[in-house]
Amino acid sequence: MDSNLLSLDNLAVGESGSVHELLSKGNLRRRMLDLGLVRGTYVESLMKSPTGKLTAYFISGAVIALRPEDARCIIINKNL
Amino acid sequence: MNNEKDEKSIVVALAGNPNVGKSTVFNALTGMKQHTGNWAGKTVANASGTFSHKGRNFTLVDIPGTYSLMASSPDEEAAREFICFGNPDCTVVVLDATCLERNLNLALQILEVNKNVIACVNLLDEAKKKGISIDLDELSLELGIPVVGTSARSGYGLTELKDIIYDVAAGTKQTFGTKIIYDDKLESCISEVEKTLCTLNEKYDEKLFKDISTRFIALRLIDFDEKLTKSIEDFTGCNIAENESINNSVDSSRKSLCNSGLHQDGIRDLIVEGIVNKARRIYAHCICVCDCCYSRRDRKIDKFLTSKLTGIPIMLLLFGVIFYITIIGANYPSELLSYAFAQVQGWLYIFFDLIHSPPFLTGLLVDGMFKTLSWVVAVMLPPMAIFFPLFTLLEDLGYLPRIAFNMDSFFARAGTSGKQALTMLIVYIILQLVVKKHTHSLFAKKLSQ
Repeated sequence: MDSNLLSLDNLAVGESGSVHELLSKGNLRRRMLDLGLVRGTYVESLMKSPTGKLTAYFISGAVIALRPEDARCIIINKNL
Repeated sequence: MNNEKDEKSIVVALAGNPNVGKSTVFNALTGMKQHTGNWAGKTVANASGTFSHKGRNFTLVDIPGTYSLMASSPDEEAAREFICFGNPDCTVVVLDATCLERNLNLALQILEVNKNVIACVNLLDEAKKKGISIDLDELSLELGIPVVGTSARSGYGLTELKDIIYDVAAGTKQTFGTKIIYDDKLESCISEVEKTLCTLNEKYDEKLFKDISTRFIALRLIDFDEKLTKSIEDFTGCNIAENESINNSVDSSRKSLCNSGLHQDGIRDLIVEGIVNKARRIYAHCICVCDCCYSRRDRKIDKFLTSKLTGIPIMLLLFGVIFYITIIGANYPSELLSYAFAQVQGWLYIFFDLIHSPPFLTGLLVDGMFKTLSWVVAVMLPPMAIFFPLFTLLEDLGYLPRIAFNMDSFFARAGTSGKQALTMLIVYIILQLVVKKHTHSLFAKKLSQ
């Protein structure tokens, strides 16, 4: 099971998974929680921006773009 | 803040996430033209309007759009303060039917404060287009409050909403609310602190927290929410932060949570998990997404608009077209206006001549004030009148967030977000116009010399 764990920025486009743990702290953590990112939340990677940095994710019914440094703080259990 | 309640007027708070059409509902109900926009939390101060229904007057207070009541931003704080201390007779929470799962989080948090809540599921037409069908009766049962489906833009469901606001405010329709059950450890702490709060409340003849549930306050205290204790002090005059019995019970519950490995972030996680999981359960019961075609088509368009190969060229092309239409298209009305203003200026000279005004006055009023003013109007008005409708069109098509998405990495290097691209777009077009007109007039001057 453990081998499926990876940070959200490593989730390739088209792949999906569920949130395992949030590593961010403080304000950023609150923002993530506001988005509905808690343990077990389904996340799907939809597309990357033209420069390939920003990635859009499908999170609890909405499309939300995250920067890699923010996505790195979210540990995902990848669906196979 | 609207604390003085008119005896006849019923105060209704209007809450909701940003961009759920809250301001549209507000305008449709009150008929008051309140500015609507598309940026998160633009209603910083509480705007209010009135309407009457079945012979009673209602005051509708538009509170800032927020995602939660945890008060991590000034907007959220303002929203929470009004819901907790503004004494609204009832709160209408506007929910986006296309994104109900996330929106339910806020509804559940508001229900924790006070159960006089009505859910208004807005944008039903959009949801229908996306193949989302919502069982409103089931939702009403799950939340324990009346639920009204609306499409505020077309006016659908608003009369029913008014009827229900009337019924709830008059007390003929009961609201029951729903309770979020948290993790067991947290629950035992909440009931412990709540008990202390109730004893304190009794001392004040139940007047201290008459509109706010003690369960909510207990939860916020355990979450170490200093802003709420501050607000309670501001509005009720009771400083619970310095109340020994409360402090003791909060400290002991935090200590017991700490012993089971839960610190600040852990407690917050448990709380949010409780809310999100409840919202998810309700969502699963009440919503059926029948047809995925629409969103699949949306995604295909998105791939095209934001891909490496086509994203930026399409954006530049669109900008080019808009700039061209604005700058070239504005020339004609600009010339017309300049011509008209020049005519008026001629008449003004004649008029000032007639009344024998001294040259310095004519110079000041006509050459100075009128000429400058008319120049600015002639140059700026036409492009604005062309550019902003075009911009609104892009907004309605939903292209603006895609611009922000495409541009973010460039703006990130300057320490800001892609959203600034839109501001820069506007500034750029204004600069362009000013520079163009300026060189144009300099050139004209040189020619005439």
